[in-house]
Amino acid sequence: MTDYNFAYLDEQTKRMIRRAILKGLAIPGYQVPFASREMPMPYGWGTGGVQVSAAVLTPQDKLKVIDQGADDTTNAVSIRTFFERTAGVETTTTTREATVIQTRHRIPEEPLTEDQILVYQVPIPEPLRFLEPRESETRKMHSLEEYGLMHVKLYEDISRHGHIATSYAYPVKVEGRYVMDPSPIPKFDNPKLGDMAAIQLFGAGREQRIYALPPYTQVVSLDFEDHPFEASKADQICGLCGATDSYLDEVIVDDAGGRLFCCSDTDYCASRRAAGHQGTVLPTSEALA
Amino acid sequence: MYVAVKGGERAIENAHAWLAEERRGDTSVAELSIAQIKEQLKLAVDRVMAEGSLYDPDLAALAIKQSRGDLIEAIFLIRAYRTTLPRFGATEPVGTSTMACDRRISATFKDLPGGQILGPTFDYTHRLLDFKLAADGDVPEAPTREVTQHEVPHVTEFLNREGLIEEAPRDDTPPPDLTREPLEMPADRALRLQALTRSDEGFTLGLAYSTQRGYARNHAFVGELRIGAVAVEMDIPELGFAVEIGEITVTECETVNQFKGSKTEPPQFTRGYGLVFGQSERKAISMALVDRALRWEELGEDNVGAPAQDTEFVLYHADNIQATGFLEHIKLPHYVDFQSELELVRKLRREAGADQVPEAAE
Repeated sequence: MTDYNFAYLDEQTKRMIRRAILKGLAIPGYQVPFASREMPMPYGWGTGGVQVSAAVLTPQDKLKVIDQGADDTTNAVSIRTFFERTAGVETTTTTREATVIQTRHRIPEEPLTEDQILVYQVPIPEPLRFLEPRESETRKMHSLEEYGLMHVKLYEDISRHGHIATSYAYPVKVEGRYVMDPSPIPKFDNPKLGDMAAIQLFGAGREQRIYALPPYTQVVSLDFEDHPFEASKADQICGLCGATDSYLDEVIVDDAGGRLFCCSDTDYCASRRAAGHQGTVLPTSEALA
Repeated sequence: MYVAVKGGERAIENAHAWLAEERRGDTSVAELSIAQIKEQLKLAVDRVMAEGSLYDPDLAALAIKQSRGDLIEAIFLIRAYRTTLPRFGATEPVGTSTMACDRRISATFKDLPGGQILGPTFDYTHRLLDFKLAADGDVPEAPTREVTQHEVPHVTEFLNREGLIEEAPRDDTPPPDLTREPLEMPADRALRLQALTRSDEGFTLGLAYSTQRGYARNHAFVGELRIGAVAVEMDIPELGFAVEIGEITVTECETVNQFKGSKTEPPQFTRGYGLVFGQSERKAISMALVDRALRWEELGEDNVGAPAQDTEFVLYHADNIQATGFLEHIKLPHYVDFQSELELVRKLRREAGADQVPEAAE
């Protein structure tokens, strides 16, 4: 792959993206338009995250890529391979070792540090999109801080279902100003967004938007006094490592509909098992390989 | 017993190997060459160049071969390649009045300077399967004649002389670049045309058709449709003048549309415009109709709420690479989100007292 520049994108493009990132960091939660490029992978498959990662990666970085919390899901594998080929950077599956983590739909369980950057893949960056389909309108709503519609939507949920019926991509307010879409992470992960030591960058390729949360930013999940936000997960423990505090996947294990709950964060689960923790279900040797 | 889904990497490699084998097909059948695709599937090549926004028939043919004939996939390959190319500058506007026309028809005048030239068109073929083609592809040579006229004036120029059609004065404002700047609203006409020329043929056709059926009807006459080669000239700073750097085939469509007039403008015809790489007349005509529909505001027409009048709707959904990427991404794992929905639905059902599992499922 000598025909391509380090991390695929040419330096001019990276500079343009870095400018958007810096602007995003300066105005936390604000969606910065950027001239997203066509990437050699489809729109909707992480092109925004890939462009952001390409713009922040240096040859010394160690990259981790996760999808649904796992390093071995096919698209995570594909994106990791892409950077191995185009940037030649070292990759890792260990959260602690990584300097840049690109993620889709999850925040790692292990707290991140000031030496790390978390890059999110974002499908629809506009939290108001499903309330108002027009970009020209939603941009106006953001500039006027007109978020009443969102509160009405959440209120309607409560009156209809007794709960806010949003379980992922749960909207947040950043530093008391912009309402932001945290990407489709489960709301279980929302509390990790605020006060995080790592830089958080959000890239939406198809929608041509970048936004960011600098370290230790105040991020509040929208709620009501009498219906406070609640981070929820399956009321189970991990069958493999016994963790009680991690987000769980539900896996169907037999024809009778038998189920196993296990950590969605594969690195978290594996390192707990390596440290001797055990769940109620003994995984096969193949699963541990 | 639970077995973790490991080996995504191996699965991907194997899938690629299988794909390559399927692409080649039965090896006892001769392999398709790039030259064959370029020569014999020319309209597919043209579409890939137009929607891929890159005029390179060889690469387009390669992309078609690599994508097994899936043209949107081929367009995607071209786009991804195109974005890595360095930008040397911009050419002069192409002069379509000096086009070497293979085809030039006007639906508004029976005859006109430059003549009506049917060219290589399917228009009057009877759509009967030609079973002879299945056996042998020999074709007799088509008759030729000398080119008599080199400059073919545009039909709209004749109308313009009488003031019957809106003026389209030369505008040297540098156009925005869709591929270098994020698409933002409001989009001016130059930007809209730029988006439409690379937009999906099917989507554009559907929108154009909808205007014909009454969703923002702007009754269009094909004032002129021409297909042929035009010179591409570029100003070379070191030389101080423009030189011809090549030739491309394009399809141009100018529609003449009705317009009632307004308080400030007397009744006159208006214009819709389409220009597309290669021989792509369905697309060029569609583009002209949609262009005209999108101009409602500048022409002081009513917004009747038709899809083809809605710039934001049209431009944000016309790109098939964006559309197919996002559409197909729902194949990716979403089990984290699905899990959170599962929990929520279970909770809501529990509270509604509907969580009793039917006996039969025990």
